[in-house]
Order: sequence, then structure tokens, then C-alpha cells
Amino acid sequence: MTVQTARHAALAPRPAPRKWRPGSSALTAITWIIGVGFFFPVLWMVLTGFKSEGDAYTNPPRLFFLPTLEQYESVFARGFVPYLLNSAYATIVSTLLVLVLAVPTAYAVSIRPVKKTQDVLFFFISTKMLPVAAVIVPLYVVAKQLAMLDNIWTLIILYTAMNLPIAVWMMRSFFLEVPKAIIEAAQVDGAGLPRILTQIMLPVVAQAGMAATALICVIFAWNEFFFAVNLTAARAATVPVFLVGFITSEGLFWAQLSAAATLSSLPVIICGWIAQKQLVRGLSMGAVK
Amino acid sequence: MTTLATPMRPLTQVEKKAVRREGWSRRVPLLPGLIFAIIVTQLPFLFTLFYSLQSWNLVRPGSQHFVGLENYVRVFTDSTFRQAALNTILITAGCVIVAMLLGIGLALLLDRAFPGRAVVRTLLITPFLIMPVAGALLWKTTMFDPTFGLVNAVLRLFGAGSTAWVAQFPLTSVITSLVWQWTPFMMLLVLSGLQSQPAEVLEAASVDGANRWQTFVLVTLPHLRRYIELGVLLGAIYVVNTFDQIYMMTQGGPGTSSTNLPFYLYQRAFLGFDIGQAAALGVVVVVGTIIVATVALRVIFKSFTAGEEA
Repeated sequence: MTVQTARHAALAPRPAPRKWRPGSSALTAITWIIGVGFFFPVLWMVLTGFKSEGDAYTNPPRLFFLPTLEQYESVFARGFVPYLLNSAYATIVSTLLVLVLAVPTAYAVSIRPVKKTQDVLFFFISTKMLPVAAVIVPLYVVAKQLAMLDNIWTLIILYTAMNLPIAVWMMRSFFLEVPKAIIEAAQVDGAGLPRILTQIMLPVVAQAGMAATALICVIFAWNEFFFAVNLTAARAATVPVFLVGFITSEGLFWAQLSAAATLSSLPVIICGWIAQKQLVRGLSMGAVK
Repeated sequence: MTTLATPMRPLTQVEKKAVRREGWSRRVPLLPGLIFAIIVTQLPFLFTLFYSLQSWNLVRPGSQHFVGLENYVRVFTDSTFRQAALNTILITAGCVIVAMLLGIGLALLLDRAFPGRAVVRTLLITPFLIMPVAGALLWKTTMFDPTFGLVNAVLRLFGAGSTAWVAQFPLTSVITSLVWQWTPFMMLLVLSGLQSQPAEVLEAASVDGANRWQTFVLVTLPHLRRYIELGVLLGAIYVVNTFDQIYMMTQGGPGTSSTNLPFYLYQRAFLGFDIGQAAALGVVVVVGTIIVATVALRVIFKSFTAGEEA
């Protein structure tokens, strides 16, 4: 087979498409330029965060300047830490809750795919299509009546619901990869479902699957703004809400704003870079690997 | 579920019990997640339906009373609603189409071996990871500012560059920042499509004398179709709900020129405190989404099951 294709390739008028050619260095240069261009607003954000406000407002914009940590100090002086803690708390607790709920659900829908479990999967993905704006009014009214406005647990519950469908679909795609033979062998040995789940399936999928799912949930929960801005105030407000404070004063504080934006984005950028390989799978809810 | 397990002869009492127990042990792990999702996502919508038939202003206690379909009549005769619906369509379609075209281009560039490929890929996905609120704030200020922004600084090199982007072209500005955010998503999907192409097929095409363009149009593009559909649909689901960029960059303005449905609903509910009308607006949005989503879901579901067979 390989010999045959090699001979065919030798006869072919053009080289195989993926081979390195000298002419492709131009293409490489273009790719690099576009890549850096796309990244440039991010780089600019980081740079501006180390400028003094005077250096941030120049025409033409200044690429070289004397770096300062002044802006980062100002961001913390402005009371950034409580927002950071709220975000961290809401993100971590909701992600743990998502895993606790999604793992058994995903297990149940992947172990034997019949019509009913397909319906359940269908239901989960359809909740993702319900515009959040459509439920914000009752959520606000109910939260108000239960005295749950400006309470971090309101966000935790909503973020859990928001990420649950993604996690179920994603965990399912990992469960489907566990060889059937392992499960059958365990059943023959008389292991019950809970034991199969905790002692056989979980260790197999734990490392890759749960970590990747958790990272995706962290990204969405950390960046969430709509619920946060509408349902929280002084006590439970998260990092995106902190950034709202810059709309009104933006004319004066670009460098500080950039420092705040950098700090706010950093956790997710790190998570995303680590989870690069799993990002597609998570974003497509397990459909694309 | 149990019918599938039914053998040819009638079950004995003991067997029936065993089948039932097995059915339950399969179903129980499903329940916590399912019940939670129903309570948090479906129940509130029933409330939305109920509120949409009420006249109720939050700042006037005791004003709540039944008005039937009056809120819906007000929604459909409201010119701001029509503007917001149109803007929602423009933003969603504009962002998804442009981001997908750019994503395909970038994916094709990345689908080759070249020095620093992993680095370029990492640079390209970063816009998707920036907190949307932070990204929108940056685009509004350091990028689009008429005097000190980078966009005009670059344009000044070519003799232009006096445009007040956000004020003059609010929709275009919002769409630009959304495209920047969503292109990496499209690129990643298309890239995994490209990389799942079997090498033998490409070789066979070149053996048959197809040139690179023919190979792309006749072999690669049909293979990518599923990935492109998936990207467009998932992208549209997220972008339809765009709120962060509008809130941070334009507040729906100037006037209502960049108001989309989520932002308009937010204005009715949290600035106008008009619970009844905001709820009716929500119901209309959901009905619209259901119509689009029913079509979309079919295609997606086909994609998912096709992916598992492959």
C-alpha cells in the first residue's frame, strides 16, 4: 500500500499538498503578520497597563516608554480585590457543582443511548438556546422576593445551570471513548453502577475529560456579565462589573483601565492556553474533537 | 427503555423486578442534573409567560394587574422593538459570516507545517479568551478613540483617520469587536475539520491530477461543510445574545441605532422597571429563537451523530 502510493506520488505532476516548499516562506510571513495583527490589541492592552496616563494619551501612540507599576497599584487601591474574590468564588463553586451534576448525567446518557436519553440530551442543548434575556425578569423578581439579590449564591446557581449542558455533552463525548469491554468485564465481576462509575469510568476519563470540562466552565463563568450586572450590587459584584466603573471615567484613565482589563482577563487566558487542545471540543459541546 | 430489554418469552415476576431495578439505576444518575436544569431554566420561563400578561411596574407597588395581550400589542407596535430586532439580525449575521470567512482563511494558513506554528495559533486564539467586557472597553477606547486610538493612528499613515468610529458607525464598531472575538472560535472549528481530512484522499486527488484549487473546492470544502455549519449555528446562538459589547461600547446608542433585543429588554426591565412589557419582549424573543433553533437543532444533531459514526 505505502509502496504503491509512493510510486504514484512520484508520478504525480505536483508534490503532495502538505510538503514544505521554498515559495511557502512568503505564506509563512503572511501568517505571522496576521497572527501578530490579531494579537496586537491584546499586546496593546498589556503595554498600556504599564504606561503612565500621560504616555497613554499621545498622538501618535507611543510604543516605547518608561514602564511603571503605578496603574496596577491604582487598580488595587480602587478596591479590586473583593470583586476578584467574588469572581473566584462564583467560578470555582459553580464549576464544582457542574461537575457533580454533569458527571452522573453524562454517564447515564452515554451508557446506553436509547430514544429517551437522546431526548434528554436534546433538552439540555435546547436550554442553551433559550435567550438569557428571556428569563432575567422572573429571575430578578424571584431573587428579590427571596432576598437573594446581590448574593453570590444566585450567580453560582445560574452559572451552574448555564454550564451544565456544555458539561453534560462534553463529558458524554469522553464517556463514549471508554472501551465497552472494560465496563462489561466489570459487570461480569458483579460491580454495580455506582462502583463502575466511581472506580472504573471516572479514573479513565478523569484526567483528560473532567479537567477539560472544568476549564471550559471556568472560562464561561469567569467572563459572564449579563447576570452579574443585573443581579448583583456592592456585595456580590464580580470582576466584569468592576470594569463597568471605567465607562464613566474612561476619558481620564486609559492606562488604569488597561491594567484592570489585563488583570481581569489573565486567569482565563492562562486556562485557555493550557486547555488549547480541548477548547474546540468544549466549545462545540463535544461534537468536534 | 424496558421494552428494549424484553426477551421473546413473557417475563417472570423476578425478572420483571430486575429489569425495573436496572432501569431505575440507569435513570437515577440522570435525575439531579435534569431536575436542576428544569427548575433553573424552564420554571422561570413559565413566570415570564405569566408576567407578560400583567401590567406591572416595579416602582409602583400594587400596580400589578391582568391585562391580557396588551403587552404584546405594545411590543409589535413599538418602533424601537423593530429597530432592535433588525439590529440583532444585522449584528448576528454580520459577525457570524465575517468571522467564518476570516476563520476559514486563517485555518487554511495554519494547516501547514511552518516555523512557530504553535505560537501563531496561540496568538490567534487569545482574542477569544479576553473577557468580553474588557475587550469591548478596549475597542471603544484604545482602538476606536478618534484622537488617541490605534485605528485612526494607522489610518493617518494613509491620510485618513479622523473618524469617530463608535459615534458615527456604532453597529460596525460593535460588529468589529465581535468579529475579533469570534474569529478564533470559527478558526479552531475549521482547523479541526481540515486536520480530520484523511491524507489518502488528498493524495488520491493529486494523483488524479487535480490542482490545489480543484482539490480545495471539490474535496476539502465538502468535507468542511459539517464544521462550517456547526460553527455558524453555535456562533449564532452565542452572538444573538450579545449584551456585553453593546452595554460597554454604545449603550444602544446613539439614540437606538445600536440597540439589540437583549439590550432593549434590559432597558425595559431595569431602567424602565416595566416588568410586563419586558416579559412580553422576552416571550417574543423566545418564540423567534425557537423557530430558528428548530431548524438549527436538526442540522446540529445530524452533525453530532455523524461525528460519532466517523
